[in-house]
Amino acid sequence: MDWGFIGDNFPALIEGLQLTILATAVGYVVALVLGLLVAIARRSAPRPVAWTVHWIMEFIRCTPLLVQLFFLFYVLPGFGISLGPLAAGIIGLGLHYAAYTAEVYRSGIEGIPKGQWEAGRALSISPGRMWTAVILPQAIRRVIPALGNYLIAMFKDTPLLFAITVPEMLFKANELAGTNFKYLEMISTVGVLFIIVSVLSAVVIRFLERRYAAV
Amino acid sequence: MPQSDDNTPAAREAAAGVPKPRSEEGSPLIRFDKVVKRYGDNTVLDHLDFSVQPGQRVSLIGPSGSGKTTILRLLMTLEHVTDGVIWVNGDPLSHEYKGTDLVKAGEQHQREVRKKIGMVFQQFNLFPNMTVRRNITESPIHTLGVSRDEADQRAAELLDMVGLKERIDAHPTQLSGGQQQRVAIARALAMRPEILLLDEVTSALDPELVAGVLDVLREIARTTDITMLSVTHEMQFAKDVSHRVLMFDKGKIVEEGPPDQIFGAPAEDRTREFLHAVLEG
Repeated sequence: MDWGFIGDNFPALIEGLQLTILATAVGYVVALVLGLLVAIARRSAPRPVAWTVHWIMEFIRCTPLLVQLFFLFYVLPGFGISLGPLAAGIIGLGLHYAAYTAEVYRSGIEGIPKGQWEAGRALSISPGRMWTAVILPQAIRRVIPALGNYLIAMFKDTPLLFAITVPEMLFKANELAGTNFKYLEMISTVGVLFIIVSVLSAVVIRFLERRYAAV
Repeated sequence: MPQSDDNTPAAREAAAGVPKPRSEEGSPLIRFDKVVKRYGDNTVLDHLDFSVQPGQRVSLIGPSGSGKTTILRLLMTLEHVTDGVIWVNGDPLSHEYKGTDLVKAGEQHQREVRKKIGMVFQQFNLFPNMTVRRNITESPIHTLGVSRDEADQRAAELLDMVGLKERIDAHPTQLSGGQQQRVAIARALAMRPEILLLDEVTSALDPELVAGVLDVLREIARTTDITMLSVTHEMQFAKDVSHRVLMFDKGKIVEEGPPDQIFGAPAEDRTREFLHAVLEG
């Protein structure tokens, strides 16, 4: 093991890691917001809209993320939609994981007793207010652990962005290792960095769970 | 249907051939007109006719599955009639006018008429993510447009009335069932409804907590002229607060009358059987 080589190239790997974390963070926000909208639409939108949304999400969950990334980055430009690698990566991660978070939200929403909706009707609370003030605050608390798991899963999927030329951590490591054939050093370091960030995220999620999950 | 430019409710009713509900005592606040409710093949309410005068307190008794709770749920628009019309204050609750025709009511119409009606549920249904105060002030502020100060003050008064003034900042999960139900009563009253629907409000409570809730309701009956429809298995309570008792069986009213008559000298065998089972059993 060439520790010196790791030391010399560590700053470059950290640069890659920053991009990895950026893609995860923005992608996760996209997944959280979009998934929530999908879950609400599937319950409250007119039948055709709800049905269409359902099948789009079903389609996304049934195709691999890598294929979706290739589609966004290599196929869409053919239709006049050109995305930069990072933008395509973030959209891809966000869309893909929205299909999963939507299911998580759905289970949380369905877990709210019918009596809550009935009390809302009895008090003439508008549907919009009912969602924002009563249903979602309860539903989201219930699903914080499940949503947290998808954050870590998404983080671990970011190396796929390598395939659409995003210079994230694995991309950097591969590039650096290739010049001197120091794959052991570079790939091991990437693994260790992933473990560190994952464990830290898990700790933060556990904290959020304990803080908010109890209703 | 004849078309008319005159759009007053009276003109519309005349044109539609729907007479205003009448009785010797003046016009009723609630009127069920041949109301049918079916779930699949199961007929829960079978051409039900009855009316309630303003300020009247009515208890609905009868075996479970006899359709009592369905009446309250129809009035609260939690369910929709299969056939027939429900009138509240001379306006159709379950229907609305489209030109001169009565058609099934849309969401907007229902939201309007619903504001006159409050309901207290067997399972309390407080919002667990809100404090007691916000449970009570949420809809007055966001639906009725009452100012926060006014809503807070009213919440404090109502909590005082139900004996929970000091729990205003508690969360529902920190309260006993009886306390939660008293908050639910305060929450319903905060909307200043004309009609209060009570759906087996003590059935989910531990026995020692029942009296506190019933005392609050007795107090409301004594100090207000709110119209009350109560589905209950508490016969003493029904006797104490009701002007009228309706005995239901299989989706029909078997017998009705003042509590003295129903509990003292029931005319129907079915009523006698039921009361015997409830009181002696």
